[in-house]
Amino acid sequence: MDWLTTVDHKKIGILYMIAGGFFFLVGGLEAILIRIQLWKPLNDFVDANTYNQLLTMHGTTMIFLAAMPLLFALMNCIIPLQIGARDVAFPFVNALGFWTFFLGGVLLNISWFAGGAPAAGWTAYATLSGDTFSSGHGLDFYVIGLQIAGIGTLVGGINFLVTIINMRAPGMSFMRMPMFTWTIFITSALILFAFPALTVGLVALMFDRLFGANFFEPSAGGNAVLWEHIFWIFGHPEVYILILPAFGVISEVISTFSRKRLFGYSSMVFATILIGFLGFMVWAHHMFTTGLGPVANSLFSIATMLIAVPTGIKIFNWLFTMWGGSIRFTTANLFAVGFVPTFVMGGVTGVMLAAAPADFQYHDSYFVVAHFHYVIVGGLILGIFAGLHYWWPKIFGRMLNEGLGKLTFWTFFIGFHLTFFVQHFLGLMGMPRRIWTYLDGLGFNELNLISTIGAFLMGFGTIFFLLNIVVTAFKPANAAADPWEDGRTLEWTISSPAPEYNFAQTPLVRSYDAFWKEKMDGNHAMTPAEPLGPIHMPSPSILPLFMSIGLFIAGLGFMYQKDWDNHLGVYMGIFGLIITFFCMMLRSLRDDHGYHIEPDDIHDQGVKA
Amino acid sequence: MMNRWQIVKRLAPLMAIMALVLTACGRDDLSTLRPQGPVAEEQYNLMKLAIAIMIIVVIVVFAISFYVIIRYRRRPGDKTIPKQVEGNHKLEIIWTIIPIVLLIILGVPTVQSVFNLSKDYTDDSNAVKVIVTSHQYWWEFEYPDYGVKTAQELVIPKGKTISIEAKSADVIHSFWIPSLAGKIDTNPGGNINKMHFSAPKEGVYLGKCAELCGPSHGLMDFKVKAVDSASFDRWVSALKAPVAMPADPAIKEAFVNKCLTCHAVGDQGGPAYPNLTGIASRDSVGGILINTDDPKYSNEGSVYDNLKRWISNPNAVKPGNGMGKIELTDQELDGIAKYLSELKLDYEQ
Repeated sequence: MDWLTTVDHKKIGILYMIAGGFFFLVGGLEAILIRIQLWKPLNDFVDANTYNQLLTMHGTTMIFLAAMPLLFALMNCIIPLQIGARDVAFPFVNALGFWTFFLGGVLLNISWFAGGAPAAGWTAYATLSGDTFSSGHGLDFYVIGLQIAGIGTLVGGINFLVTIINMRAPGMSFMRMPMFTWTIFITSALILFAFPALTVGLVALMFDRLFGANFFEPSAGGNAVLWEHIFWIFGHPEVYILILPAFGVISEVISTFSRKRLFGYSSMVFATILIGFLGFMVWAHHMFTTGLGPVANSLFSIATMLIAVPTGIKIFNWLFTMWGGSIRFTTANLFAVGFVPTFVMGGVTGVMLAAAPADFQYHDSYFVVAHFHYVIVGGLILGIFAGLHYWWPKIFGRMLNEGLGKLTFWTFFIGFHLTFFVQHFLGLMGMPRRIWTYLDGLGFNELNLISTIGAFLMGFGTIFFLLNIVVTAFKPANAAADPWEDGRTLEWTISSPAPEYNFAQTPLVRSYDAFWKEKMDGNHAMTPAEPLGPIHMPSPSILPLFMSIGLFIAGLGFMYQKDWDNHLGVYMGIFGLIITFFCMMLRSLRDDHGYHIEPDDIHDQGVKA
Repeated sequence: MMNRWQIVKRLAPLMAIMALVLTACGRDDLSTLRPQGPVAEEQYNLMKLAIAIMIIVVIVVFAISFYVIIRYRRRPGDKTIPKQVEGNHKLEIIWTIIPIVLLIILGVPTVQSVFNLSKDYTDDSNAVKVIVTSHQYWWEFEYPDYGVKTAQELVIPKGKTISIEAKSADVIHSFWIPSLAGKIDTNPGGNINKMHFSAPKEGVYLGKCAELCGPSHGLMDFKVKAVDSASFDRWVSALKAPVAMPADPAIKEAFVNKCLTCHAVGDQGGPAYPNLTGIASRDSVGGILINTDDPKYSNEGSVYDNLKRWISNPNAVKPGNGMGKIELTDQELDGIAKYLSELKLDYEQ
């Protein structure tokens, strides 16, 4: 019950981790099934329709229900600690964000049991995603599930923008913010601008499908290419929403385990902002073959290539952070160090794809599949693994097992390269992506087999990680406050796991890498910025859960309004919305001032004055 | 612990795969790495330039990575604190400028090539104009200057520029002949895309749909057949010639009533689905059942067997296609398959 009503950022972070982890396993299972189907030519392990459902749900799940929530897990658990705050700016909204994401994700996955999942690809290009060519309810689950889940992401992004702008500890100027906080800050800004575009697109598609509108239906004056523009205006920034936090994690981990300050901090900040900005300018590089004409293709080619410059700055800054350092290869750092060359390989193929005439060959082939998996798995997932291993003791108070961790790294890392490296060549040899099966004798057989073996290895890697979690859970929670001994930022100044109120006294930040500075000055703790006093805490609330359940019921109702007699679906939809609005009203009318933790109850005195 | 051995072990499989792959870059009639025409050649040159630049970048980053990983490992018991370096403006400027230079080297030919490949040949009287219309899951090729229409096999005169106008009748597909030219999307509605290519050498080239378009997306193959210009002219006139109906009146009746309502043969029949004129001289039935008298794989067989397999259950071959099961007696099925398997166009000499 405690977990259903919590508004504590650390617990919400753990909820995100559990839900995101669960969907990661679902998406991974879908990936394994896809690779089993493709391990030999003309295979009929799954039928064509099921295959398209699998590939659609794999993409949708991994992006929206696994990768983003796992990032939200890390940012929820860590950001307030890293900036010396006691919680996020809007704890209630934070809980609402989690529950809308979770119930949106559950709704999307119910489609498997309700007559078929969406099968038009995670990009859901019109007109294939319209009700003429996707007549079941699969795509309805996609548009409504993602809208509900999208609310969670959007409010989460806004929440973190406000938190980072307003709640930094005294002395922490923008240019003293840890790199992870910086990347989350830029990511949140990207979410703020990108997600409304997705919502608009999904609403338009929902109107097409449920209420007979014609935004994307050419035979009635709509335009199918319009969907591509709307989708990618969201979709390209989304890539950076995913990868920037990984950059942040890598910066923290590499710097800590090299026992060295991040090289070129200000250029890192500048590069992050520039990547965020350029991320919005390049959406049409997903559409070179759509027929935009040579002028648009040239401009978007060049703009896309430019992203390589700030990314290159980051790569070399990481390498020079290690240069001259004292590098310790913990599991977290293995993932971080493995990330650098892997991500470079994904980056260079990105520049190759940016050359529009060559993209006419790469586009929609396995080369693209290889490229974006190198970026998203080789970048983001390695980053998430690094972050999880790094911050696990801070989140749970227990150190993950290093032996199992290294096993996880090596199987996952080798499996990853085995799976995706060969796919570059499959694409160049003429294999289109998203194909259910391929004919024999085309020369695709061996490489597909290698790829499938690699996918299994990645699966084993994930199993080792789960095993590690289980093994660790049985150990006592006795991790030190600064378990890696080289912690540099504020989260390492408080006990592991962090107390409910995070900081008994808000710390005073005197430089970049605040904790490191204190340690070098011979202090064992931060100087507090305020006297010890009562700490104000927000009250827990069940309303976020009920509000999300209301939306869930409304979504299901509207989806089935065409099928059910007597307007049952419409009534159900309205009933769901009433639940949500009633909860909103309760929240508005009831004055809840929260409660205080008195100084006497602060057992862990935190930092000494 | 990561010692030198493990690095070698980690690289060994990668190198082995590289060597394996580079020795076999796919089939001449399919691979983008074996271009067979000037358009694919130009794209391949750009790809080679990009790959060369990227290999340099990757090697530099890998080299620095391995150097720091090995050189700066923490020795056991090492408690020293390395110098906390803030950054180095000179270095940071260097690794900002070098990528910009590399991008200029790649960017200039890219832009040139974009404009070069977007040349419009639709009004060129020397070019062969083809209107490509994609359907779930087959391709229609119309030659407006010659007044003929065919399906699944694009016959072209070798060496001539082929000017393509591409559109879709239902969802978005993408028209791709890897060894001859990159792809162009076919959009529904009035949004017509143009591209051009040519094939200097005679031969059959494999084409594919590259955009997810439904269950049988992966099976939406077609062929481009480049022939000499005399053969091409013969092919056009053979397509226009009237075609004899089946001799057996019962088969004829079944064929006219159950097939020609949708399909066309010669000057008869409906235009909704693939034109069957000369179907027996195509390389495949339905794009994927390869016609051969020496079948090796489960998707190969004689023209007759393939036709029979297709007609008796089209959805087993291409799930979700529009033909559906046609009620035919065994006799009718045999007769129609036999009739179609003899529908040849002898235009190649």
